[in-house]
Amino acid sequence: MMAPFTAAMSGRGAVLLTLLFAALLAAPWIVNDYLLTVLIIILYFAYAGQAWNIMMGFAGQLSLGHAIYLGLGGYVAAMLFTLYGVAPWLGLLAAIPVAAACGAVIGFLAFRFRVAGVYFAILTIAFAEFARIGFDNWNFVNASSGLFLPVRQYAHDDLWRLRGDPTMFYYVILCATAVVFLLCHFLLKSRIGYFWLAIREDEQAARATGIDTFRYKMIAVMISAAVTSFAGVFYAFFYNNLFPEQVFSIVRSIEIILGPIIGGVGTLFGPILGAFVLTGLAEALNSAMTAFGVDLPGAKQVFYGICLLIVIVALPEGVWPPLARLLGVKWSGR
Amino acid sequence: MSSDVYLNVAVGGVLTGLVYGLMALGLSVIFGVVRVVNFAHGEMMTIAMFIAIVLCTGLHLDPLILLVPIAAAMFAFGYVLQRGLINPFITRPEHTQFLLLVALAIIITNVLLIIFGPDARSVQTSYGYDSFQAGPILVDATKVYAGLAAIVFAAALFAFFRYTTIGTAIRACADNHTGALVVGLDVKRLYALTFGLGAACVGAAGTMMVLIIDATPMLGPSYTLLAFVIVITGGLGSMPGALLGGVLIGVTEALAGLLFTPSVKSMFAFAILVLVLLFRPQGLLGKRLA
Repeated sequence: MMAPFTAAMSGRGAVLLTLLFAALLAAPWIVNDYLLTVLIIILYFAYAGQAWNIMMGFAGQLSLGHAIYLGLGGYVAAMLFTLYGVAPWLGLLAAIPVAAACGAVIGFLAFRFRVAGVYFAILTIAFAEFARIGFDNWNFVNASSGLFLPVRQYAHDDLWRLRGDPTMFYYVILCATAVVFLLCHFLLKSRIGYFWLAIREDEQAARATGIDTFRYKMIAVMISAAVTSFAGVFYAFFYNNLFPEQVFSIVRSIEIILGPIIGGVGTLFGPILGAFVLTGLAEALNSAMTAFGVDLPGAKQVFYGICLLIVIVALPEGVWPPLARLLGVKWSGR
Repeated sequence: MSSDVYLNVAVGGVLTGLVYGLMALGLSVIFGVVRVVNFAHGEMMTIAMFIAIVLCTGLHLDPLILLVPIAAAMFAFGYVLQRGLINPFITRPEHTQFLLLVALAIIITNVLLIIFGPDARSVQTSYGYDSFQAGPILVDATKVYAGLAAIVFAAALFAFFRYTTIGTAIRACADNHTGALVVGLDVKRLYALTFGLGAACVGAAGTMMVLIIDATPMLGPSYTLLAFVIVITGGLGSMPGALLGGVLIGVTEALAGLLFTPSVKSMFAFAILVLVLLFRPQGLLGKRLA
């Protein structure tokens, strides 16, 4: 699996990546339960950020409403599980088409009617808010009372039903992050990837060279939505509950995009690095506040905001591109 | 009897909608001239609401008296913000502008949360329970005052842009940025002034809003969205469009709250937004973009 991949990377990049992956594989034996949970959250953000990056980083379409795919994925799998006992991996087979179809509808309306730039971003927020209010009033999914997944103590981890201890969840999300990283790598190297970059840089020029921009933007939205839906399934089964107010909230959409932006929009390592930096710093802040006995709800968010502000003002490309230059690593996707 | 209820609710919706319109007017003015989309608009309104609440409860002042001082304070805030933070971003890609303001919005919301806590706050006024009656129509005095104040403030802003030299200069910047530079206008200063004026609108709207709704720090995002919905419906950059959009959304929300449950009312606002974006992307009163 790694062979064609490492061949495409420069020497140092491949070494770095292998080391990181090995360290993450070994992590559950080294770290304590608290750190493991932090790592799960980091990988979840890395995964979801990578998914968002396909749409914004590669194809240049700014979505501020990715919570809709997260929520749809989570709800489809969780409903199938609670009502019919369908395992989440089978539920995922239903969640992916639902999220992709939703992305297709939003993309079709936006691209057909030439809704672009600011308007496109706002349209994505509008759909996510629409879904939030809709699910909040839809009794079939328990409306605002939320959906709870049955929690039972199992003698051993049930990977098929995603019921088990954090170590299992950790490996699930680690594998998912690795798979989506490879997917993005190959997408970028493929014809589609070059078409996306052309569209991102100059859509009119891309169209002039004969690229069917509508088609490739649609593909970007649908892939991004489909990939995000698994993050929703994971979210549902990891936290064991779903509330429309939370899962469809604009806060979810924003926190998904923070990682890739801080790491570097359009880069492969950006979402991963961003997730580590952001979640790592936020947890450090949390521990510091607990240590000093300070309890300020909102302090973490202020901190997120300030990080975002500093990165946007001081490092408009994100943290990864300058860091990569410093390390002498070549990275794809610019 | 039944039709009277609808009429009353609709009139209340129009008056609330005027305040919405004034808030959205700020967003529209900023976008129309500076070409920056203020993603922290609702959050700026919550700042104004909390200033109003602190002054009302602390000094026993009436929100109507505070209208101009708070608008002036927000003007200063907007001016400094544009000069110090946003100006370098004018030539940067759109998405970095959004994110800058999203970051600002997150900071504002949570700083307010740290200072004031999550509980809803409101003000007590001597006319809080009064109402006016005209024929079958019965409306709250607070909404009447808020709506009228919004009209006066918006009219003053129209007059400023129409009849003063600075107003004309700002319109020149909006129409032709290069041309404005060529004739020697200080575009940076005019941009900062415009951002200040937009912030003043939202400050005035926020001060009036405390008469109508309770304030919590978490109001910000939903009012940012509401301002977008209104401005896009009316036409981004069109001043009368913002007021018209505000009234339209105000009435829609009020009637939707009456006919269905209040919690679904913003769904109708979003439905209007989607329809407008698809079928009349320039907005009801907007000019067709080339």
